[in-house]
Amino acid sequence: MTVNAAAAHHLQLTRDGQLRHFLTLDGLGRALLTDILDTADSFIEVGERSIKKVPLLRGRTVANLFFEPSTRTRSTFELAAKRLSADVLNLDINTSATSKGESLSDTLLNLEAMASDMFVVRHAQSGAAHFIAESVTPGVAIINAGDGRHAHPTQAMLDMLTIRQNKGTFEGLKVAIVGDILHSRVARSQIRALNELGAEQVRVIAPGTLLPRDVESLGCTVEYDMAKGMKDLDVVIMLRLQKERMEGALLPSEREFYRLYGLSQEKLALAHPECIVMHPGPINRGVEIESAVADGPQSVILSQVTNGIAIRMAVMSMAMGGQVAERQQKRSTLKGDQS
Amino acid sequence: MSVLLEVGQLMDKLETGLQHLLAERNIEAPLVIGIRTGGVWVADILGRRLGIEEPFGELDISFYRDDFSRIGLNPKVTPSNLPFDTEGRDIILVDDVIMSGRTIRAAMNELFDYGRPASIILAALVDLDARELPIRPDVAGQSLTLKAGQRLKLRGPDPLRLEYQETEQ
Amino acid sequence: MSGHQVFSGSSLKITGGRLLDGRGKDESNRALLIRNSRIAATGEAAEKADADQVFDARGCIIAPGFVDLYCNLREPGNGQKGNMRTEARAAARGGFTTVCESPETSPVNDSRAVTHLIREGAEAGSPVRVLPIGALTRGLEGEMLSDMGGLTAAGCIAVGNGSRSVRSARVLRRCMAYAQTFGLTVMLRPENQSLAADGYAHDGLVASRLGLLGIPEVAETASVMEMLLLAEETGVRLHLSQLSCGRSVEMVADARRRGVAVTADVAMHQLIFTEDALAGFDSRFHLRPPLRSEADRKALVAGVREGVIDAIVSQHLPHESAAKQAPLPDTAPGLSSIESVLSLGLELVHRDELSLSELIRSLTTGPASVIGRNASAGQDDKADLCVFDPATRWTPDSQSLISAGKHAPVLGQPLRGVVRLTLVDGQEAWASH
Repeated sequence: MTVNAAAAHHLQLTRDGQLRHFLTLDGLGRALLTDILDTADSFIEVGERSIKKVPLLRGRTVANLFFEPSTRTRSTFELAAKRLSADVLNLDINTSATSKGESLSDTLLNLEAMASDMFVVRHAQSGAAHFIAESVTPGVAIINAGDGRHAHPTQAMLDMLTIRQNKGTFEGLKVAIVGDILHSRVARSQIRALNELGAEQVRVIAPGTLLPRDVESLGCTVEYDMAKGMKDLDVVIMLRLQKERMEGALLPSEREFYRLYGLSQEKLALAHPECIVMHPGPINRGVEIESAVADGPQSVILSQVTNGIAIRMAVMSMAMGGQVAERQQKRSTLKGDQS
Repeated sequence: MSVLLEVGQLMDKLETGLQHLLAERNIEAPLVIGIRTGGVWVADILGRRLGIEEPFGELDISFYRDDFSRIGLNPKVTPSNLPFDTEGRDIILVDDVIMSGRTIRAAMNELFDYGRPASIILAALVDLDARELPIRPDVAGQSLTLKAGQRLKLRGPDPLRLEYQETEQ
Repeated sequence: MSGHQVFSGSSLKITGGRLLDGRGKDESNRALLIRNSRIAATGEAAEKADADQVFDARGCIIAPGFVDLYCNLREPGNGQKGNMRTEARAAARGGFTTVCESPETSPVNDSRAVTHLIREGAEAGSPVRVLPIGALTRGLEGEMLSDMGGLTAAGCIAVGNGSRSVRSARVLRRCMAYAQTFGLTVMLRPENQSLAADGYAHDGLVASRLGLLGIPEVAETASVMEMLLLAEETGVRLHLSQLSCGRSVEMVADARRRGVAVTADVAMHQLIFTEDALAGFDSRFHLRPPLRSEADRKALVAGVREGVIDAIVSQHLPHESAAKQAPLPDTAPGLSSIESVLSLGLELVHRDELSLSELIRSLTTGPASVIGRNASAGQDDKADLCVFDPATRWTPDSQSLISAGKHAPVLGQPLRGVVRLTLVDGQEAWASH
């Protein structure tokens, strides 16, 4: 019996296929992903002006709801919202409301009373952004800024923008993602985006303990040996390794991990000479990547940060646009019914 | 209602009008900026006709439109491209057809985010008498009044031609 | 519709129904006469008899009342998640005449006092028979033996550990040896806690894609193996409850072949849904054990068909709506299922995955034999009966559900199968037109 398998994907699109929330890359086609990248390109141009601000979200309120602390991601969302002329409300909820026993639903009701138009949500549980999108009043756009191990769609899209800037196209690209795939919402979103945008090969390089079950079903091949995995690569994406992984018997030590899966200059030399190096940050130098590589000529890590602001401006304005267009349509249908 | 002229004739009138105005105002080195998409085609031709050496600029006003709250974001936005510094310069802002004036308001807001120009001259192929804001071109190829429900659209770029469109009312 | 008293006289004649007795008998246009809580006559004799009232069962199926080996009636409890009045009535609406209540009440059913409380509550508020399952360990904590002797004397029909596992194999072995002393059946849900860890979804395709924390099959199968070996050694009667893996069915079949006294059940929703139900983060399908792969589902259905799995249970676990209103991992596991069991079963029949008689067997004689009871619909049998219309549809939603838990497996869509009459001891427990 099919209950609701398709529902999740329709949650974030309007009836005519515009974005109204941005929760996951699942269910978004190549055309829409390309629209996001193109729109972000226009926002990059805005960032080069003397006044780096456009009036799109003037008079609207964006609330950053961070149930899990992340100063960096929150700052780029904040900057993006401000460059769209929105009013921004920053709420770090992990310490305040929920620890006093207030339920997430209650917290949301309170925030809606503050007349927010958009929630940017970061939460430690997979599916939190979906839950919020299903619970809020219609008209409020939800942007997923990372939920548990599920998805981090803006991070993946800024990575795609960085790849497109450097490689021009996704056709024929060989891309590897290295490190803790199991716990990574970023990797899940990247694999999905690379597949949808037409990359030729997506490889994941990690030890067996850091791979999810049936990882190939996500659209990638598995390589345990990094030296083999680096061959002919156009793009290598390193993931951050959390220190807690040593405790759960997932890895023996940072040293062994670095030796086997850290990106050193020697290992990078095995890839295509024009291979670019990416990392979603913050970097653990000497744990997953050698400093000389992170700061080296093939690294595009800093442009990822700039692109992050443009991607977030694109996604926020598109989702808000989808919401207002939908509301307008409903209003005119109502009028039509009356006459 | 007057008869619409050919694009070539409109270009001639626009060129002559602009030459007079530039001379009158003692502007020697203006910059030409077209508003996407039709205005860019006109700006390209005007720039050459006026003998302006600097490349023309392209303005995409999607981020400045005042109807975002009704229709959302234009799905096909492309980056604006002003390959020069506008600070303190005299600018010829070019559009194909001027109707309500809302596009021009958005374009001027955007222009000011690049810097403070010395002056702006507004030029258009056709000025329709459908003003909703106190904005009118300094120079136009022709002024025209349309029937209710009628619109005028520039097709191009090669060749440029003006077409009437009927909209649902 | 509901609660309307149809049958109030001292004798009732049910006519024109198709009788399935759970033992293979299938007779159409059958009449039954019920008098003094018994089936006084069947067939022609019943047809001719005079009765105070007549129930026209044309188009309906008459079966022994359903027996549920695992359900939560939430009494004693704090009332928020339901109570005897709502949940036992929901059971009657589902066609059940006997339900075994999980020891996971609040407080836990680990003493005579709580067992008495359940039985008194049932007498006062339940239209169906309620059979308490006692706690296997004190407080269900998996450390100390419960007073199994006392629990048996107070009326517990088996012992079990609810949804909690007994971590130590040594404790489990002693529990089994002690239960064997009283001839008690031990009902256990197999789950190796260290392998299940913090998981809340099947460790498979959907969990990988959505980044959900997985519970691997081996968390169940390793535990099944351990329990089978311990049961074999201690000689206790073991009932494995709420299986979710195809491999578990194989292991049960294998143990039976070796002569181990083991029976098994599966929750109805495990036969219908798979891990795909979680694709939209739908918290209703946050279940323990989790919904697994399509291959597992098929193997479980085959297990029911072949009789390796003796019974289908509701695993009814109602919650207040707030318990399901949170991001999936933060929600409480469980479905409010008892009113939908029959309809989901008929869906399996409709899809030709199960025959009607296999379905009836798994809801009646199968579970009854696990707890040493009788379920039948013959002459002189006690009149625990269910009469249902397999074709008429109803739509579960927050209005139509009786249970305090509104998180039914299917909501807002019509389901076939409406229970017309549930009789317990010849008395009307549920009736609808």
